Amino acid sequence: MVNQTERNLYIAQNFTRQLIQKNISPEDVISIHKNAVEQIFPNQMNELQPAYDFLIEVMVHYGMAHREHQSLLQKQAEYEMEMKIATNIQKTLLKTYVPNMKNIDIGMISVPIRKMNGDYVHFFHDGEEYLSVAVTDVVGKGVPAALCMSMVKYGLETLVYAYKDPSYVLEVINRVIEKGVDDSMFVSMFYGCLNVEQNIFSYASAGHEPALHYSAKNDQFFTLEAKGLLLGVLSETNYTFHEIVLEENDLIIMMTDGVTEFRVKEELNSREVITTLIKENRHLSAQQLCQLLYKEIERVQNFKLFDDFTVVILKK
Amino acid sequence: MDVTIHFKEIDHKLFGFVEGEIDTFTASGLRDELEAVKITEGLEIELDLSKVNYMDSTGLGIFVAFYKRALRENGKVKLVGLSNRLQRLFEITGLSDLMDIETDKKVELR
Repeated sequence: MVNQTERNLYIAQNFTRQLIQKNISPEDVISIHKNAVEQIFPNQMNELQPAYDFLIEVMVHYGMAHREHQSLLQKQAEYEMEMKIATNIQKTLLKTYVPNMKNIDIGMISVPIRKMNGDYVHFFHDGEEYLSVAVTDVVGKGVPAALCMSMVKYGLETLVYAYKDPSYVLEVINRVIEKGVDDSMFVSMFYGCLNVEQNIFSYASAGHEPALHYSAKNDQFFTLEAKGLLLGVLSETNYTFHEIVLEENDLIIMMTDGVTEFRVKEELNSREVITTLIKENRHLSAQQLCQLLYKEIERVQNFKLFDDFTVVILKK
Repeated sequence: MDVTIHFKEIDHKLFGFVEGEIDTFTASGLRDELEAVKITEGLEIELDLSKVNYMDSTGLGIFVAFYKRALRENGKVKLVGLSNRLQRLFEITGLSDLMDIETDKKVELR
């Protein structure tokens, strides 16, 4: 108490570390201190006794708060553990298998903003003749979104017999979702089917971000607009499909709103960013284009994305 | 940034003024406020979104849920004062064909 030195403070610091490690409560620490003072200055104890008792009483409450904090930390660790398991299950459950086809180059990237992905891509293909792709985005993020998406996936799985018909697929999935979720939950989906031999791409959309068609012959982009209500809002909804002809070196770019919505830089036209980049790099493979697009949009948004990011590119 | 909503009742019509950014994190407060609105038969509700500077799909979900409840309980919901950006969101999702929506421009013309 009289000769306070740096060295003493250093010893105290190390001692504190050990106390924390052994989970000694704050009131016990004061108690230890009190006993030490009592041994060194036995004569002053009469005056100090009430002050120490007071301090110990106060510290008891700090001790309780501390223990509560400890148990919360433990609980949090348990939750994180469960979350990790759930994330792994989702990854397995909602894994997208990208088909490998001779005449069509397929690229895909899907990056979740949180642990669980609210976007999902599903491919169907029948040998080399047909290729269908569903790009979906469920409202919200995280666990609720992932649970809803499992339902969409299994809905799609059952539609193997009808995968060439975009309107029908959307109408069935709409009914499945409408029955299964509450009023504020819904899913947007872009569904396209490519007849590889005839080079016809037919598509329909349920409230989804329009896809882009790059025509190599015209060196120009066309928006694949298709009006249709989000899935899960009204049980009886009809979806109309449209068709385009795909020519040599043409591209189809399908994406979710995580790609086109810039929250920070509102003034930037996201479609322009996308089309310029793709036009300049159209010689790259579909997968390379997807990755390049992700890098570029991440950069434009200062490396801080706000939504799950998914792009699928088909290259003829 | 948070989102707030203020209600005012004029001539048996309920006006709601929404202000702020509606995203996954701020949405639950708005949802609770809208769920607390008692919809009586024939009640007309007008929600003014002109002070909403950002809305994601979670926000959209809240308005859809509110709209569907109003439909069930025979009330009427109208959204007014939508910015171009919000208008586009309602158009892409097909909701503008379903719900009663008025954009900023029409309000100015009136």
